[in-house]
Amino acid sequence: MFEVPSIADLNLGLTLPALTLALGACLLLLVDVVFIPHDKKIRTAWLALMGIGASFTINLFTFNQSGTAFLGMFVADKFTGVMNAIILATAFISILLSVDYIKRAGIERGEFYALILFSVSGMMFMASANDLVAIFVSLELLSIPLYVLAAFRVPEVKSEESGLKYFILGAFSSAFFVYGAALIFGATGTTSLPDIFTAVQSIVADGGSSAFLLLIGTGLILVGLGFKVAVVPFHMWTPDVYEGAPTPVTAFMSVGAKAGGFAALLRLVLVALPTFVITAGDSTAAWQQVFWLVAAATLIVGNLVAVSQTNIKRLLAYSSIAHAGYIMMAVAAAGTAGIGDAAAQAALLYLAAYMFTNLGAFGVAQSIEKDDGSGTDLNDFIGLAKSRPGLAAMMAIFMLSLTGIPLTGGFIGKWFVFKTAIDAGLMPLAIIGVLTSVVSAFYYVRVIVNMYLRDGEGDPAAGATRAVNLAVYIALVGTLVIGILPMLATNITDAITLASAVAR
Amino acid sequence: MVQTEAFVMLSAVLFILGAMGVLLRRNAILLFMSVELMLNAANLALVAFAKQWNQAEGHLFVFFVMAVAAAEVAIGLALIVAIFRTKQSINIDEMHKMEG
Repeated sequence: MFEVPSIADLNLGLTLPALTLALGACLLLLVDVVFIPHDKKIRTAWLALMGIGASFTINLFTFNQSGTAFLGMFVADKFTGVMNAIILATAFISILLSVDYIKRAGIERGEFYALILFSVSGMMFMASANDLVAIFVSLELLSIPLYVLAAFRVPEVKSEESGLKYFILGAFSSAFFVYGAALIFGATGTTSLPDIFTAVQSIVADGGSSAFLLLIGTGLILVGLGFKVAVVPFHMWTPDVYEGAPTPVTAFMSVGAKAGGFAALLRLVLVALPTFVITAGDSTAAWQQVFWLVAAATLIVGNLVAVSQTNIKRLLAYSSIAHAGYIMMAVAAAGTAGIGDAAAQAALLYLAAYMFTNLGAFGVAQSIEKDDGSGTDLNDFIGLAKSRPGLAAMMAIFMLSLTGIPLTGGFIGKWFVFKTAIDAGLMPLAIIGVLTSVVSAFYYVRVIVNMYLRDGEGDPAAGATRAVNLAVYIALVGTLVIGILPMLATNITDAITLASAVAR
Repeated sequence: MVQTEAFVMLSAVLFILGAMGVLLRRNAILLFMSVELMLNAANLALVAFAKQWNQAEGHLFVFFVMAVAAAEVAIGLALIVAIFRTKQSINIDEMHKMEG
């Protein structure tokens, strides 16, 4: 039935960035156990950072190549390249944040870094998965290490609860994903995304019951990936998991898991389903309506509930839900014919800006966190401008960027997302986006008010070690560079073509 | 010969039973078994569709789902054991250390 593929057919060259990291993670696990003594676990961190650096370098070389590998399961293109860069930067900054944190939390174990690398390689495979099977396997490779990382602070009850909650809802959502994939396979007879695209053409022309299967399948996949990226109504786990997990892990998953999930979602809707319409001749895809409702609900719930939060980790959890809503807005816009590529670019720009800003905010938050995990209340920020003016200033910039104030990365991201939504004819969604951004200013600015305008002792920020500072500086530079020189980022994303183009 | 529809209906029933199990049960192990039921419902649908289309991709997918489910079991049971050691309970209603 199958021809046995030769090594050359696998086209391994294109998969090198992700493959290096996956193999490196396996190697790191061994090296850590065999060669690195218990009190020198920092060496494992350096090795992990070197692995990420190697993968990043290879990614620069394969950046402009495109093609498929692993018999069509894996596709490399510009989208993959940019996504890989975002994911690797996330991992790099997260590891810098972790090094001292896990030491003072008393959970310094070498497998921590290997788990992060496994999760990162899952994200990278997800960004280039071209087949439902590949998306599923990389989704699990992304998630399973994260379940462990969330519970890494054993026997701390909060962390264990966080891990178990994440695990049960994650497994629940992947069951939805598999069932959705099964129904899509049933409707089209293939799991390869480009082949699904071809099959969709005839399904739309026939108008038979396959369209029904395809619609339910798409819905179930949206549920599965929606849990992973935390969009309303699949967001309930987020605040608890983010609060209980060790802070660097929270930072890592708030960006990385979203990047992976949205990469798969974008590729699925743009490569496989862009022309899936119920009645032939429609100019918007059948799934757009649902996607924009999800985006609107996410924006409203995420931003409104964040207002009443008093813990910085929970606040950033709800804020991350809200930001998933803005990215979802771009995904919804992709359902309008001709907007697809612009929507993918907007989503990538938003992710890049969000990545730097959010990691920076978590970096400052963990600087004032105590060794036992307390000190994450918003009131702990009072007086920080006096005790640590530099740290406070950077936190202020991150908060302004999350709000979307000009000259910060957040503004550029929001600008492009709103622009694509308007171009796609989703004016009401764009208006909801602008209004909820105003609401978000309330809770972000409250952090700034606490730091600058309220009198207090001020936290000494014992957690701001050199590695953490370095991570926060990188995040700050990223946020400001995207904000002040957006053409650097837009030039990179300009050439992204993801959408399967066909005349409708 | 049994029709594909029959298999798909059965898998849908199993999937819904599994989903209800996750939503209604309170014991972490039972939740976990319900998730496995959902995954296996999807496997049944995949195999039925693979037979209908005469495509091996469906069968292939099932193997990956099984392998991944086994990995999930390993992690899941480890987490459940860890939490049982600290709390002496795996009732998910008692996991309310964080509220707000």
